Amino acid sequence: MIQLLLRRLALGFVTVWLVSVIIFLGVEALPGDACTAVLERDAHGEALAKCRVDMGLNAPALARYVDWAGAALTGDFGVSANGQDSISQIVGYRVRNSLLLAAGALSVGIPLSLLLGVVAGLWRDTWVDILFSAGAIFAMTIPEFVAATILILIFAIWLGWVPAIVLTPADAPPLDFFPEFVLAAVVLTMIMIAHIMRMVRSSVIEVMASDYIQMATLKGVPYWQIVFRHALPNALLPAINVIALTVAWLLGGVVVVEVVFNYPGLGRLLIDAISDRDLPVVQAITMIVAATYVGVNLVADILGLVLNPRLRSHHMSRG
Amino acid sequence: MANPPLIDIQGLSIGFLGRSGAMLPVLHAIDLRVCRGESIGIVGESGSGKSTLALAAMGYLKHGLKKISGEVIYNGADMFARSTGELARIRGGQLGLIPQNSGQALTPTLRIGRQLHEALRLHCALPDGGHEARAIDLLTQVRLPDPAVILRRYPHELSGGQQQRVAIAMALAGEPDALLLDEPTTGLDVTTQAHILELLRDLARTRNMAMVYVSHDLGVIARVCDRVQVLYAGETVLEGPVQAVLKTPAHPYARGLLASIPRLGDRSLPRALEGRPPAPGSDRTGCAFAPRCALATDQCRTIRPPMVTGEAGQETRCFYPEQTTRIDMTGSGAPLSCCMADNPAALSLNRVAIRYDRPGALARFLPARPRPPATVDDITLTITQGETLGLVGESGSGKSTILKTIAGLLPPAEGTITLGDGTALTPRVEQRRPEQLRRIQMVFQNPDESLNPRQTVADILGQPLRLYFGLKGAERHQRAAALLETVRLGAHYLDRRPGQLSGGEKQRVAIARAFAATPDIVLCDEITSALDVSVQAAVLELLNDLKARHQTTFIFVSHDLTVVRALSDRVAVLYQGRLCEIGASAAVYAAPSHPYTEVLLNAVLEPDPDHAPRLLAEDATDLSPPARGCPFQRRCPVKCGSICDTDIPPWQKAADGHAIRCHIPLKDLAKTGPA
Repeated sequence: MIQLLLRRLALGFVTVWLVSVIIFLGVEALPGDACTAVLERDAHGEALAKCRVDMGLNAPALARYVDWAGAALTGDFGVSANGQDSISQIVGYRVRNSLLLAAGALSVGIPLSLLLGVVAGLWRDTWVDILFSAGAIFAMTIPEFVAATILILIFAIWLGWVPAIVLTPADAPPLDFFPEFVLAAVVLTMIMIAHIMRMVRSSVIEVMASDYIQMATLKGVPYWQIVFRHALPNALLPAINVIALTVAWLLGGVVVVEVVFNYPGLGRLLIDAISDRDLPVVQAITMIVAATYVGVNLVADILGLVLNPRLRSHHMSRG
Repeated sequence: MANPPLIDIQGLSIGFLGRSGAMLPVLHAIDLRVCRGESIGIVGESGSGKSTLALAAMGYLKHGLKKISGEVIYNGADMFARSTGELARIRGGQLGLIPQNSGQALTPTLRIGRQLHEALRLHCALPDGGHEARAIDLLTQVRLPDPAVILRRYPHELSGGQQQRVAIAMALAGEPDALLLDEPTTGLDVTTQAHILELLRDLARTRNMAMVYVSHDLGVIARVCDRVQVLYAGETVLEGPVQAVLKTPAHPYARGLLASIPRLGDRSLPRALEGRPPAPGSDRTGCAFAPRCALATDQCRTIRPPMVTGEAGQETRCFYPEQTTRIDMTGSGAPLSCCMADNPAALSLNRVAIRYDRPGALARFLPARPRPPATVDDITLTITQGETLGLVGESGSGKSTILKTIAGLLPPAEGTITLGDGTALTPRVEQRRPEQLRRIQMVFQNPDESLNPRQTVADILGQPLRLYFGLKGAERHQRAAALLETVRLGAHYLDRRPGQLSGGEKQRVAIARAFAATPDIVLCDEITSALDVSVQAAVLELLNDLKARHQTTFIFVSHDLTVVRALSDRVAVLYQGRLCEIGASAAVYAAPSHPYTEVLLNAVLEPDPDHAPRLLAEDATDLSPPARGCPFQRRCPVKCGSICDTDIPPWQKAADGHAIRCHIPLKDLAKTGPA
C-alpha cells in the first residue's frame, strides 16, 4: 500500500510540474511580456530595454523558468504586473476568502447531500425519492447566475434579510464577510448537493440490492443496523471521489458566483487579472488551482484506500 | 412420519407483476414438508424457482416478487404473517441460511469477527466476554485452521472454501433447528465442495437439524439428501426418496436431466435435453414439460397432470409414469469423434512460463525483493491436429492463464509457442498478423460478457468474416446464416441481439463466431460452466460434431473432470501452474495416476446416492506455488519424503505417451489407483 501511495504522490508532483511547464510556455508564447504590461504605452526604446534588464527578462527561457518555479515552490510568485504588489499577498487573501466560501458551502452541503442521497436511496421510487431527485435535477439545471439572481431578488430585495452583494474589501478579517457571503454559499450548496446526492442515491440502491444486505436481513439483523453497519460504509465509499471533485471545484474559484455577488475570491481575481493582462497573477492562480485539484484528489485516493479494506489489504486473494 | 414437520409449505404460489399488469407466477402451488433430522433436496435448472422457494421458506421475497397464495408454516405459524421483529428473531436464529456465494454474501467492509459477533449478539444470550470464545469455537467446528487469525480478516482475504465455512459458522451461531442451503457449494473446487458437504452432513447428524438443499447439481443432492423434490418451471414435477428419484425417476424431465449429466465412469457424450423451459408467467395449458417430452400426447398438451403416486414412493406429475422407463438414461452413445494420434502437430508450447507480477517503474529504486515463483511454469505440450486436449485443475491452477497466453492476451515470460507449420506465434495479440489471428480463436466462459449486447447476431458473425476474408453484403449474410446452421440455430436468429437469446443459444453464437474464422485451433475456456446441465450436454454434442466435420483442434479448459472426460482425446492435469500428468484421456482417468489427479478424481460427486467421495487431501488454501520442489508437496497425501520439498519430480513415462510427474515409481502409483 505504501508503494501505491508513493506512486500516487509521485504522479501528483509530475502533474503539477507539467502544468507549470505548460503555463510558463503558454505565457512565453503570448506577444509581449511583463515589461510591456507594466510600461504600457511607454514600452519602447530605452525604458523597455532597461526594464527587461531590471526584471531579468533577457535571460534564457530555461533559466527564467527555474527562477520562477523555484520561487513559486517557496510561495513567492513575484510581483504583479503593476510592478508593486506582491502576488503572494494579493493571492493569499483571495485564497483565504475562497476557502471561507467553500467551507461555508461544504459544511452544510456535504452532510445535507449525503443525508438526502441516503434517504432517497432507501426509499427509492416513493414520493420522498421523487421529490428529492426532481429537486436535485432542478437545482442542477438552473444556471448558477439565474439561481443567484433569484435568491438575491427574494432574500435581499423582497425580504431584506441579507445584503445583495459583498462590499467587504478582500483583506478584511474573515468575520466581516458574514452575513454577506451567505447567499453565495447557498447557491454553491445547491449546485453541489445535486451532484453528490444523485451519486449517493444510486450507490445506496446498488448496495441495498447486494447479496450481503440480503444475507444480513436473513441473519435477522434489524433494518437500521443493516443500513448503518452493513450498507452505508460500502455505499458512501464511491461518494468520496465525487466529493473531492466538488471540493476542488469550490477551492479553485467559482468564477460566476463570485462575479455575481462581487465576492473577492480567487475566481474574481482571475477574471480581473485576465482583463488587465496581469500575466504573473494568472500564472500564480493557475498554479494554485492545479495544485489544489491534484492535492484534493490525492487526499480522496488516500481516504479511499484507508476506508476500503479491499484496497488496503496486503494478502489479496485471487479471483 | 411420526414427528410433525418443522417447515410446512402449503400451496405456495409466488409471482411478479408483469408489464401487462397481470400477476405472472414463478412458483405454482408448491408443497414442501421438512422434519427435524431430515434433508430435502430441491433440484431444478436456472429459472425453475428453486432459490425463490428457499428464500420464501424464511418469509423473504426478492424485490418485485409477491406471494399470491399459500402458507409457509414454521413452528406452527405462517412466516408471512409474522411481525418484522419476530422474523428477525427467527431468521439467523432457529432458521439459518447458507448462501450460494459467500464471497458476496459477507459484508466487504466488516471483519469476519464483527460479522460473527453480530450473529451471536442477535441470537445467542451470552455474557459479554463469551462471544469471542464462542466465535473461535464456531470456526473450529467448521474446521477452519487458526480461527483467531480468521476473525481479524476481511472476507476478501479468505479463499472461497474458507468464506463458505465462515458462512456456515455464522448460520450455526444461532443454534438453528433448520438450515436452508442455496447452492452451498456451487462455484467451489471439487475437493473443497466434497469437504464442505461432508462437514454439513456431520453437522446435520450431530445437531439433528432439518436441511433444505437447493441445487442444480444432482451429485450434491445424491450425497446429502434423504428426499428430493424436482422443480420444473415453478412447479413440483417429482418428489420422492433420493434412491428412487435418482435411480428410477418416474418423470420424463428427471430422466432427461439425469441423462444429460456426464459421468466419470462412462466415456460417451451425455444425452442433451432439447428445448427450453417456458418463460415464467407464459400461458400454460397442460403439462409444462410437454413441449420437450418424448412421451407427450394430446392429453398432456391440454390438461395439467395431477400429482400421482408412482414407483418406489415417488409422487410424480405425469400421466404416464409407468412409461417413463422407455426414456433412455444412459449417454447418447454418439460415437466420439477421435483423432489420429500420428497427425502432425497443430501447436507446441515449449517450456512456457507466465508471470502476472511485473516489476513496476518504482521497483528499480527500491531494494530488490525475491521474485515469487512464476504463476505458470515449465509447460511443454504438443497438440496434434484434430485433437481435443483437456486442461483440468482447481481454481488457480493456471489453466485459463495458459489459454490467454496462447491467444496472445498475456505474453509468456519465458518459452516459445509455435504453430504446426513451425511459425513461432508472436507473443502479443496486437502484433499478430491477421492470418495468425485467424488460426487461433477463443470461446469464453460467459457469453453474456463476450458478446456485445448492442450488436445483432449478424454483426457479431459478420465481423470475423469481414476481417479475415473481406466478405461483404449478401455474401457475408449468407455465410453468417450458414454458420448459424452449423451450430444448429436457424437463419432467423441473424436479426436478434444477445439479450433475446437463452444462455445456450448465446454460447452457440459465440462458438459460431469462433468458427467464422475457419480456425485451426479453438480455445474453449470453461465454456459450459455457466450453462445448465441439459444445455451443457447439447453444447458438448455440438463441439463433438464440429470436431468430426472440421478436424478442428480444441483446447478445452474446465474445472469439471466429467465434462473434460466426455470430450477430450488427451487430458493434462495442472496444479498451481505446473503440469502433473498428461496422457490419453482413458489413461489419465485410470491407474496409475499422479497423487493430485487421484485426489481430484476421488472428490468428484456422481448423481448416485451409493457413491461416496473419498477425501484424500485438504482442500486448497495456498495461493502461490512453493519456491522449490514438487508443486503438490503441501497437500500430497502420499508424500514420500524430503525429496518432494527440494527436487522437482521427473517425468515418468508410461504407455502411449502417458506421463506422470512424481517421485513415486509408477508401479507404486498404480497400487493406489482410483477406488
